[in-house]
Amino acid sequence: MKIDYSEITDDLFTPDSIVNENKDEIINKERISFWKDAWIRLRKNRGALIGLLLIILIIMMSLFGPYLTKYNYDEQNIAFSNLPPMVPGLEWLGFNGQDSFNVNQYEERGITENFWFGTDQFGRDIWTRVWIGTRISLYIALLAATLDLIIGVAYGSISSFFGGKVDNFMQRIIEVLVGIPNLILIILFILVLEPGIISITLAMVITGWVGMARVVRGQILQLKGQEFVLASRTLGTSNRKLLTEHLLPNTLGPIIVTLMFTIPTAIFFEAFLSFIGLGLQPPIASLGILIDDGYKSMKLFIYKMIFPAVVISTIMISFNLLADGLRDALDPKMKR
Amino acid sequence: MGRYILTRLAYMATALFIIISLTFLLMQLLPGTPYSNADELTDTQIQQLNQKYGLDKPLAIQYAKYIGNLLQGDLGDSYKYEGRSVNQIIGERIGPSALIGMQGLIIGTIIGLILGVISAIRHNTIFDYGAVFLAVLGMSIPSFVFAALLQYYIGVKLGWLPPALWDGYQNTILPSIALSVLVMATVARYIRTEMLEVLGYDYVITAKAKGISSSAVIIKHVVRNSLIPVLTMMAPLVVSIITGTLVIEKIFAVPGIGEQFTNSILINDYSVIMGITLFYSVIFIAVIFIVDLLYGVLDPRIRLDGGVKQ
Amino acid sequence: MEPILSVNNLNVSFQTYEGEINALRGVSFRVNKGETLAIVGESGSGKSVTAKTIMKLLSKQNSCINGGEVIYNGQNLIPFGERAMRKIRGSEISMVFQDPMTSLNPTMTIGKQIVEGLRQHEKMSKKEARKRATELLNLVGIPNPEERLSEFPHQFSGGMRQRVVIAIALACNPKVLIADEPTTALDVTIQAQILDLMNNLQKKLQTSIILITHDLGVVANMADRVAVMYAGEIIEMGSIDEIFYSPQHPYTWGLLASMPKLHADRSERLLPIAGSPPDVSQLSDGCSFAARCPYAMKVCHKYNPLKTDVTGSHSVSCWLQDKRAGKVDSAIEIGEISYAT
Repeated sequence: MKIDYSEITDDLFTPDSIVNENKDEIINKERISFWKDAWIRLRKNRGALIGLLLIILIIMMSLFGPYLTKYNYDEQNIAFSNLPPMVPGLEWLGFNGQDSFNVNQYEERGITENFWFGTDQFGRDIWTRVWIGTRISLYIALLAATLDLIIGVAYGSISSFFGGKVDNFMQRIIEVLVGIPNLILIILFILVLEPGIISITLAMVITGWVGMARVVRGQILQLKGQEFVLASRTLGTSNRKLLTEHLLPNTLGPIIVTLMFTIPTAIFFEAFLSFIGLGLQPPIASLGILIDDGYKSMKLFIYKMIFPAVVISTIMISFNLLADGLRDALDPKMKR
Repeated sequence: MGRYILTRLAYMATALFIIISLTFLLMQLLPGTPYSNADELTDTQIQQLNQKYGLDKPLAIQYAKYIGNLLQGDLGDSYKYEGRSVNQIIGERIGPSALIGMQGLIIGTIIGLILGVISAIRHNTIFDYGAVFLAVLGMSIPSFVFAALLQYYIGVKLGWLPPALWDGYQNTILPSIALSVLVMATVARYIRTEMLEVLGYDYVITAKAKGISSSAVIIKHVVRNSLIPVLTMMAPLVVSIITGTLVIEKIFAVPGIGEQFTNSILINDYSVIMGITLFYSVIFIAVIFIVDLLYGVLDPRIRLDGGVKQ
Repeated sequence: MEPILSVNNLNVSFQTYEGEINALRGVSFRVNKGETLAIVGESGSGKSVTAKTIMKLLSKQNSCINGGEVIYNGQNLIPFGERAMRKIRGSEISMVFQDPMTSLNPTMTIGKQIVEGLRQHEKMSKKEARKRATELLNLVGIPNPEERLSEFPHQFSGGMRQRVVIAIALACNPKVLIADEPTTALDVTIQAQILDLMNNLQKKLQTSIILITHDLGVVANMADRVAVMYAGEIIEMGSIDEIFYSPQHPYTWGLLASMPKLHADRSERLLPIAGSPPDVSQLSDGCSFAARCPYAMKVCHKYNPLKTDVTGSHSVSCWLQDKRAGKVDSAIEIGEISYAT
């Protein structure tokens, strides 16, 4: 862009300072609260968004899915046993009612009703069972995660807040606990308590709270050293208020992130336990039980395992993506 | 450094002691009796059996005897398999488990490192995005799902590798792959994250300003300093391998400790369950100890300041 | 006398989330043998970018050298590929960075880090390299050099670390040393030591130094010539006396006036420059300083000023230099500039 200096006329050389019009150091972006800022950053992360959407989708399906068909999850009907999945309109994707020998079972046996995910050996509708199973798996995971949260936050905040000997002692306990492989403890607990929703949840909580406690403690220790805490103290704020109104709100970020990571761990553990036979008992079906069932007849009826496997994998992937995104979004240091 | 080792050893011993005691306690709480045909036995017979196994003595004595045996390395006898000691059982079965476990860990770590380093260097390219995507899949999809799918598609449908049993070396391949997936994904992800951060550090620019080539900078300065988080993850990864073997051995019918463990749980063979639990715990604690030692090797700040961790 | 390094009309831009930023908009200067040129400016003015551009250390992913030359030893470095640049870096042109805490690899001994640079450029055995490294540590004033070679950065204090960094930079006797804020991260007393060290080394080794700083006190101590940067351009350049005693650009006046003075009356207020540095991604026509300049004229808002020579060595880019501009009552005595806010 060549400037034509010959255009400059004499009259342009009159004073025209605009210094007084400016305010010093305008903060030119509008104030955004920490949470809004985090949300904006989260939105930019495509992976996290996909994860969030999938999670919502799956939750919706687990709530409403079973009602989309007229079957119950435990309704047995031998006439319908072992039917491959059939969805009119989606035959090209494999939902064509054909078994591993490519024989259309529905035609063979003269069945007119369509089972979208097929049926198991008792003629139970797999679609319904998968979504009910999802409900149960999610329920267990959420329960375990919540309990983890409560115990972990309490332990971690008390330990770090009071510091000194209290902290030392509580930390030693954790260090020793960490030396015990989680799974072993979980298995032993379940053996003692007899498998069931509550016992599984309890077993996972007993070992899971440690992660949350450590995160909370780390964050509070860091915050304690910062000046806004000192400022509050000099104003005479009580310990309880300090904890609840200053320290914990600033710890919410890591707490949420840890929570988001705990959920897939819990889902995994539950499925794992079911797979080795320590999970829930029939007729209740969690995703893990369904996968185990499906695995047993994998050679002939791969679809029985695929559907719950896909659902559980999707849940795990989505939570991991979301948790990852949340961690990046909530970390104020990571401004791009 | 000496003091560092001693402290770690002390923790190891304490943790081990607590695990032993806890396991013992839990064993007492287990419902029912350990005998397989309990319903068919009369009460006197049960009493006799209890006497034989020393289960009728007061708890404190049982505990003391238990610890005493442990110190001699004796894990007791199986309740279900006549005349077989737990040590024997573990001894016979450790081979397959160790084999697939080590293979899984090593393959996973090596490939994970390679993938992670390359994707950090080629940040924001297709390779990077692809690798991250695969890593997320690898960390999220449960190992037994992978194992089952591997078994079905590669073992049964394509027939490239034997889907189960333990006849020859090729039987170890699929199980090892299944075990390596989580390791691969975790290692790749952690080293990538750390490298991306280290690449922005000043000393990397300093090295470049000295005229060192990019690849030399990466290998000598960046990768080495990025290994610490990976090392930290080694302990949980070993646990995941142990956990993995429980199902993977079942799926691939590998005659290892994991399979024994799950079987023993189902048939209530308490002494075997306890024995294997302790065995796993010892492995885990040993791994933690080794990792702690390796920290000292990698980071001189820890080595020289006696374990002052950041 | 031929300058050892000439930068001509350097234009560098960055791609960021907010669009393209022109970080350097036509930067030109020369450095002569054995002299110290100070580049002064606020954060964001482009000082560090200039340094990194000379060394071609900018990240290729988001930066782009759009034009200009960097002439060293008669050759233009801009088209040089990596291999050619590596021969230059560390051996002909070296760089010292701001933060000694982070500019050394924490897991490598000091000795290794010095030797690495030495063996990259000169054929020596490990033994010879270590010997030379010991000499270097001696040169920069570190006691017990042989022992300290096997120590790690965290075992040195901040000032010592910066000395090590200087030792590394001077290891291969470069002709030009670029020091990017070398004392900013140090305590004031240590600052003085490091500056002294650099002065002495320069006399001994006849190295030319490009000293990048925002601290005029440092400039006064070390520089032979000064270039003042603002918003990616050099708006005034001259010898140290010329800049300190007869500055021509209102920004330079502002910088000098805003320095707290030892002899000033306690009751006198500090004089900041009104406004804040411009958003370099949204520069309008005209002089980049116009919005903050109390002497701005209509022409200043529309046209970027031409570079004019006040003396043979003193140049400035400002419309006040034009004959047609009114006489500014420039009370050049530092501290007596009237600066209405």
